[in-house]
Amino acid sequence: MSSLVTRVRLKQIEQMIEKGKRLDGRGLNDYREIKVEQGLIERAEGSARVLLGKTDVLVGIKVETGTPFPDTPNEGVQTVNAELVPLASPSFEPGPPDENSIELARIVDRGIRESKAIDTGKLCIEPGKKVFVVFVDVYVLNHDGNLIDASAIAAVSALMNTKMPNYEIENGELKIKTGYTSLPMKSHPVTVTVGKIGSNLIVDPWLEEEQVMDARMSMAINDDGNICAIQKGGSGYFTPQQVIEISKLVQEKAAAIRKKLGW
Amino acid sequence: MRIMPTYFEKKQLVTPGELLAEGDYLAGENTYLEDKKIYAARIGLADVDNKKVNVVALRAFYVPKMGDIVIGTITEVGFNGWSVDIKSPYTALLRASDVLSRPFKPQNDELSQVLNAGDLIVAKIASYDRAHDPQLTVGEPGLGKITRGQIMRVTPTKIPRVIGRKGSMISTIKQETSCQIILGLNGVILVTGKTPEDEELAMMAIRKIEEESHTSGLTDRIAQLLKEEKGKREENKIE
Amino acid sequence: MNEKPEKLIDKKGFRLDGRKADELRPVKLEVGVLPNADGSAYIEHGKNKILAGVFGPKEMHPKHLSLPDRMVIRCRYHMAPFSVQERKSPAPSRREVELSKVIRESLEPSVFLELYPRTGIDVFIEVLQADGGTRCASITAASLAIADAGIPMRDLVVACAAGKVDDTVVLDLYDAEDKLGAADVPVAIMPNLNAVTLLQMDGILAPEEFENAVNMAIEGCKKIYALQKEALKNKYTITKEEAEEE
Repeated sequence: MSSLVTRVRLKQIEQMIEKGKRLDGRGLNDYREIKVEQGLIERAEGSARVLLGKTDVLVGIKVETGTPFPDTPNEGVQTVNAELVPLASPSFEPGPPDENSIELARIVDRGIRESKAIDTGKLCIEPGKKVFVVFVDVYVLNHDGNLIDASAIAAVSALMNTKMPNYEIENGELKIKTGYTSLPMKSHPVTVTVGKIGSNLIVDPWLEEEQVMDARMSMAINDDGNICAIQKGGSGYFTPQQVIEISKLVQEKAAAIRKKLGW
Repeated sequence: MRIMPTYFEKKQLVTPGELLAEGDYLAGENTYLEDKKIYAARIGLADVDNKKVNVVALRAFYVPKMGDIVIGTITEVGFNGWSVDIKSPYTALLRASDVLSRPFKPQNDELSQVLNAGDLIVAKIASYDRAHDPQLTVGEPGLGKITRGQIMRVTPTKIPRVIGRKGSMISTIKQETSCQIILGLNGVILVTGKTPEDEELAMMAIRKIEEESHTSGLTDRIAQLLKEEKGKREENKIE
Repeated sequence: MNEKPEKLIDKKGFRLDGRKADELRPVKLEVGVLPNADGSAYIEHGKNKILAGVFGPKEMHPKHLSLPDRMVIRCRYHMAPFSVQERKSPAPSRREVELSKVIRESLEPSVFLELYPRTGIDVFIEVLQADGGTRCASITAASLAIADAGIPMRDLVVACAAGKVDDTVVLDLYDAEDKLGAADVPVAIMPNLNAVTLLQMDGILAPEEFENAVNMAIEGCKKIYALQKEALKNKYTITKEEAEEE
């Protein structure tokens, strides 16, 4: 109830956007400030926290051993989970993951998986029997809009921060040795989300804008500039021209973010 | 008769549970009495007035009081009225009969045409007690639906400071910014100006008052600040 | 991977993490860290990293969850999957359900529940990293979050544990000591009212050892309480100083 945006405010948002500006002073294509902190959860094998404006997402990585999937016996396993914890927003209820947290997890998962961010081929311990399982747990700590981009950037940052223990196989048993190796990675995808309000496109929608927008489009771009995942969300629509326009806009924004983060 | 001292300095910042006084004192706002001892119940600035120990809370939420002017948002259209969020633990109710100037006929009248979810209103608390949700009325001049302006929120305990002694603070802001300002006692404030810049100026002044409410000389500093900001704007325009 | 150490306290009286028997782990507190919550606090107690958020008072939905004559408190203690050594499933475990209840019951006596009938407050605790004593650190943070939300309270609630490792009663057990020690006694108090609102024990203690442990835990609580007050005041003192600088 407290997150209900008033009519007067919605009108103001729409009017400003028609003039090419947003309520927090940004242009239609501007991102909020992005801050990344790595390694804050020492217990986890890797971690990162991203602040996108006031949106706050923490990702923890746990690396354990397990059995591979039958169709990929020589590859490690990647699994992404997202929690929209109730303290992040009055609109999040405690309970099992709802469609929003599951969609968020799957979007982040696709971006990492399709771009082969994690080099799963290097995570095999014993073919067909034992592989490393990488758990990516997305924890939203504060919701102020655009959880997708914040979560995706945090996930990749956390993976870049991940160290796995060294090991050797002795008599068919896994023995842990001293020292750590960085998680093998092949790509560092950046996800960019664009929202639609009226006929205008806005980059990095903020919480109140998300309540006015009728649709969003998220695209993940890998290091080579190729698109590796797309998700359209919301009950509105985009024109085909807008879709192409977005794919070009996303390239530009992803490159800028990549440069800023030094990826 | 020996009066025991209080355990704090004037306007000292205290936290819940801190012992403020013992003996012949009365428990005022945001304090409580137990075993002849007076303790703070909220974080705030402690003070003693005659024999009453008070804490001016720095953080509190609004509890409805009859006669208070409040600003709220319609959250639901019901069968014979509307639910209103007045930023209080309790949801307020506005009866259809209060808004419509003629008898209310459920079959004929479409309430959402009058007021719909997301609309803002200025209203008065008509009644409230422990067992029932607060009832609102808009049947007085100056009350009703809001169509323009910007909304901001401050901690309700700061509203008297925004008003100032005999209204001096709020008059200064209204004058310098040419804005209409409605102060909801529930901490919600409506600022309506000729331009968004005027509104921003007034809102900035109010935010400053909230942050520095416990300091002195504030009215003069605010007047000064507003004059300076306006001067800067004039300069920018000429350039 | 982890071999059980022979002794948890060496001959000189130093524990495995370098502390003496009555030494507290470092504690850091911050108030008002979550923009969307009505009140919030963050605690680092040793390696524990815990966030507490409070929403309310507000009306409860569905209505039958509320009481006609007082406010209810709903509390959820939850651990992030990456907070512990072996990844934990995000679904609530039986331990989390029990801890949610005892934490709630440790906070209830501190709040003036009768003042706001038919309403409730939600207290959400998220453990981001765990290293023994999370329920105590959670209570300390949750109590600050309730004060930060402007909810009237009788007192803050602060918690600390004591226990026994090898043959010595020690203060503030961390994870290894908790797992390998002989007893763990978490205690929560309202420090100004001298009221114990949480007391549990895991393990076995002789009566004198128990008395020793409880007193030690309460001393630990008082030290942490000083930090609680400071954290709460810090949030408001900064603006006062800034103002005076002008």
